[in-house]
Amino acid sequence: MSSSVQAIRFESVSKSFDGRHVLDDVSFDVPPGTACCIMGRSGTGKSVTLKLLMGLLKPESGRIYVNDRELAALNSRELVAIRKTMGFLFQYSALFDSLSVAENVAFPLRRHTRMTDGEIQDSVRERLAEVGLENELDKMPLELSGGMRKRVGLARALALKPSVLLVDEPSSGLDPITTLEIDNLLMDLKAANQTTMVVVTHNVPSARRIGDKLVVLHEGHIVMQGKAEELDKSKHEVVRQFMKSGEGG
Amino acid sequence: MTGFRRLFSEAGLLSVFASRAIRGVLQRPLELREIVHQVFEIGWRSLPLIMMSGLAIGVVLSMHTRATMERFGAEALIPTALAIALLSETGPLMTGLLVAGRVGAGIGAELGGMKVTEQIDALESLAVDSFHYLAVTRVIACMIALPILTTVLNFSGLIGGYLAETVISDVSLRVYFGQAFQGIAFADYILPTVKTTVFGFIIGTVSSFLGYTATGGSEGVGRASTRSVVLSSMLLIVVNVVLVRIIQMWLRDRAL
Repeated sequence: MSSSVQAIRFESVSKSFDGRHVLDDVSFDVPPGTACCIMGRSGTGKSVTLKLLMGLLKPESGRIYVNDRELAALNSRELVAIRKTMGFLFQYSALFDSLSVAENVAFPLRRHTRMTDGEIQDSVRERLAEVGLENELDKMPLELSGGMRKRVGLARALALKPSVLLVDEPSSGLDPITTLEIDNLLMDLKAANQTTMVVVTHNVPSARRIGDKLVVLHEGHIVMQGKAEELDKSKHEVVRQFMKSGEGG
Repeated sequence: MTGFRRLFSEAGLLSVFASRAIRGVLQRPLELREIVHQVFEIGWRSLPLIMMSGLAIGVVLSMHTRATMERFGAEALIPTALAIALLSETGPLMTGLLVAGRVGAGIGAELGGMKVTEQIDALESLAVDSFHYLAVTRVIACMIALPILTTVLNFSGLIGGYLAETVISDVSLRVYFGQAFQGIAFADYILPTVKTTVFGFIIGTVSSFLGYTATGGSEGVGRASTRSVVLSSMLLIVVNVVLVRIIQMWLRDRAL
């Protein structure tokens, strides 16, 4: 394991549900300002990895570090403080359905900043403009398409300008054009703010575009990690199948 | 055996959840804005149901009381008898059961929906203590709303009783209410009404627990909603027996 400063470090992490090992001795790290894409078939523990990183789940063994702080060693106040430096875009956006688009994005600002109402409104407009939804402020989440909900979810995740962004399946259920738009948004974000990203995806072309590093999970284990070109040369059956599936894209 | 084990396991989890809720109620700072919002949702929006039910209960109780009192020529005691019946037991218990039906189902479905759509995880990821923000606020709101709603139901019941009486006799509102409160001490009103804060705690805690532990998509949400009503109502009825006994003992000790 590298001893240099890492934004994210997973050290021999294991997690199981009802006796079934979802992650078994998984280790990887993500340097600051880079994007790591985690790929794998459904049920291989990709989303669980993100929830462990956010402290929503606890590992049975192993250690997880975010910005060099071990999550298990944090008290609840410290965990709240570290979560304020992180953003999470959920697979189905997880927007608060009783709040409008603007209220969803304003929610973390109202909770965690001393900004005035005017400043919050300006910030909300700014975040929504970044995702191209500045004209949808008053709509309710149920009135939005899947792609729009994803973009609102991204705007909410970015509201506190996090240094680490976790993204769960940004392209699931979206058409190729919207997928490309979301990918471009993530890449712009990384370039502009040096945001560290962990992106879970099935979409190999997306992973090639976004990821500085790709991790392939299979049956709870990491079968390979490295740059896309390195994975292209892999002789591992699962990695080969995965990388080949994205050649059309 | 598996059913029993599951029952005990769930009872244990509910007890842990309830003790967390008690700690949460005492923990500062409170989510005042959300509590006010929930009191509005739970209390204010229940008012039409509570008032209509109170009126109907008052009419029915008055008619039954009259049928009995007439046999003994004690019609003048009808308002007092109705007030005692309403204030001491019927009002608090009916309010508890009505709120368990309306609000318990609502909280179970709302939190269950939030759980299965990852909105509770989203709250946590936004550095918000979801238990304090969602469960504790609803428990506190139920504890505040129940005594107020009970008072409204009691009052509506007395109005209903008066309306039923006006069909038969020409008693004035002032005389009716004067007679109603003649045989009532302050403790007769305050203790059963304060008891409903316990009902509020039960409804808020049980429905939040079942919403929080909902699994399995919309079917799981529906199940959480139904079970919230059934379990809250059952617990409320059982706990009421204990509370009535405690109140009676307390009143008897004071009288001695």
